[in-house]
Amino acid sequence: MTKAAESNRLILGSALLRTMIRIRAFEEQARAAHGRGEVPGTLHLSIGQEAVAAGVCSDLRREDTIASTHRGHGHAIAKGADTKAMMAELFGRTGGTCHGKGGSMHIADFSVGMLGANGVVGGGIGIAIGAAQAARLLGEDRVSVCFFGDGAVNRGPFLEGLNWARIFSLPVLFVCEDNGFAAFTRTSETTGGPGAAGRAEAIGIPSLRVDGNDAFAVHDAAATLLGRCRTGEGPGFLYAPTYRLDGHTIADRTPYRAQEEVAAHRQRDPIARLTEALSALGMNARGAVQYESEAQAEMNAAVAFAAASPWPDARAALADVQDVGAPQ
Amino acid sequence: MSELTVMEATRQGLLEEMRRDARVWCLGEDLARGGVFGQYAGLAEEFGGERVVSTPISEAMIMNVGLGAALSGTRPVVEMRIADFTLCAMDELVNQVAKVRYMFGGQARAPMVIRMPHGVARYSAAQHSQSLEAWLVHIPGLVVLAPGTAADCKGMMKAAIRCDDPVVFLEPRALWPTKGEVPEGEFVTPLGAARIARKGSDVTLVTWSMTVPSALAAAEAASGEGISVEVIDLRSLWPWDRTAVLASVERTRRLVIAHEAVKVSGFGAEIAAIVAEELGDLLLSRITRVGAPRIPVPYAPPLESEYKINADKILTALRRTTQARASSRD
Repeated sequence: MTKAAESNRLILGSALLRTMIRIRAFEEQARAAHGRGEVPGTLHLSIGQEAVAAGVCSDLRREDTIASTHRGHGHAIAKGADTKAMMAELFGRTGGTCHGKGGSMHIADFSVGMLGANGVVGGGIGIAIGAAQAARLLGEDRVSVCFFGDGAVNRGPFLEGLNWARIFSLPVLFVCEDNGFAAFTRTSETTGGPGAAGRAEAIGIPSLRVDGNDAFAVHDAAATLLGRCRTGEGPGFLYAPTYRLDGHTIADRTPYRAQEEVAAHRQRDPIARLTEALSALGMNARGAVQYESEAQAEMNAAVAFAAASPWPDARAALADVQDVGAPQ
Repeated sequence: MSELTVMEATRQGLLEEMRRDARVWCLGEDLARGGVFGQYAGLAEEFGGERVVSTPISEAMIMNVGLGAALSGTRPVVEMRIADFTLCAMDELVNQVAKVRYMFGGQARAPMVIRMPHGVARYSAAQHSQSLEAWLVHIPGLVVLAPGTAADCKGMMKAAIRCDDPVVFLEPRALWPTKGEVPEGEFVTPLGAARIARKGSDVTLVTWSMTVPSALAAAEAASGEGISVEVIDLRSLWPWDRTAVLASVERTRRLVIAHEAVKVSGFGAEIAAIVAEELGDLLLSRITRVGAPRIPVPYAPPLESEYKINADKILTALRRTTQARASSRD
């Protein structure tokens, strides 16, 4: 690598690291707040999977759209959603992204092209494709990304969506974030054939397989596939195996896997790995520490904002259902 | 006025809106070939393949792609081919389309029309004949329309496309070839307003969609027997025109509801309940519902006619309800 290339790599990697540390800090604070009883519903944490969200979204513009999953905090943060509003949403407060109507599983921020987390596995796939189809119809230069997990590849909309994006040659990037588990079951036990990427390839969608815990690798592969989308070459598929260090939900103590297995995966923590890679590129030793303290300050402020935000007025339950035939 | 078939009137409504607003487009199976029944004839030729999109048989994707596009600045018309196939996209309709605005705290609108030809037609049996309006009315977030005349099919298609809510447009498939008067020029039919299809004073008959002609035929036959029937074509099931129904029943003090759907938990039950709650003490006879038995739609004509309501079955209900006139309650 030339000096200039190394310097660019360092700038990119630092941005990725900062995003990943912010996602981790957000979710750790959310977990703690849940423990204190401040988050009424459950949480699906993406701790250990941050490199996928950060790596893919680092290649997106604000006007590009993403559709996310029930494990979507990281995607939202990486796309630019405001963490105060997100935390307030988890708390169910008026200052939340959805004013307390959605909670963790429905965080959305249309102002940054985040078309919503989704409580239905695979539910975001068609939405992302539709956003791409609208972009074409309107003559807008946008691409669309759908994030989904390994569990989604056994649902019909996955197949329908791949085929649809292919035949209409839409600018859609499919990102399969394979954390090894579909809820409480190893996806390998429930998935036949050559796996997610193989299915995409069978339908004629070019795919790349990367280490989902390597933020640089995710970024590079996403950049390649998104570049094809932007030049009208059609959809791409990114397969990124990673590992879910926490449970399916916050209540899941993961009795179905050995602690040794989790410990082994902790050795592959994407944040530690990126920090190491950046040190090798010459990142100042204080760099990661500084990101860490900034992220903690940001998330402390987010929690304080959420806790100080009022509960919604009960009558707000009747608002925003529909214009015609709205509840009285 | 011009005389148009129900199908042609509906097609004209869509055509006019597509000419008026470049954000309107349609997607569904076989649309570039005019649609499976010809409802889209000529549209692909005028608007091209990007606005009249022939899709794979992928109902879930048709619905959710429509949603994603509705969230992104366009106004899609989603074709389900027939109502029964909507069940392959029910997650997308109920969990996504109907809820995005609410669960995202009002950030989003899903201005889309979901077309569903419904009901018994052409001996199509159990999986191509259902009337599922009660399921759909039950879902918060959806507007549900069920017009039964050519003029309303045109005017309500136009209103549905202009509406910012997701609108289910139930089409009276059996009535497609029938003709009706349609006003010339631009008109949009208001959503949520019933139409008094026939004035009367002895009994109110509430109906909608494909049952409107049978209801009118029954009312005509009843008038020969001295029974004056007021026929209300609801047209819109959510919202439904409570004001018009209650005002009519307040005068007639009798109510019959007729719909092709299975009677058990059909939408007629909701109307009966509201009228009973609001006007129960005023009624001269018990509310009567006419609907299908709780069976799948059968194929053979004699079996199908056991399922399907008709003017005779409605007339029987009208007679029974009005015979109570002589009862002790009068």
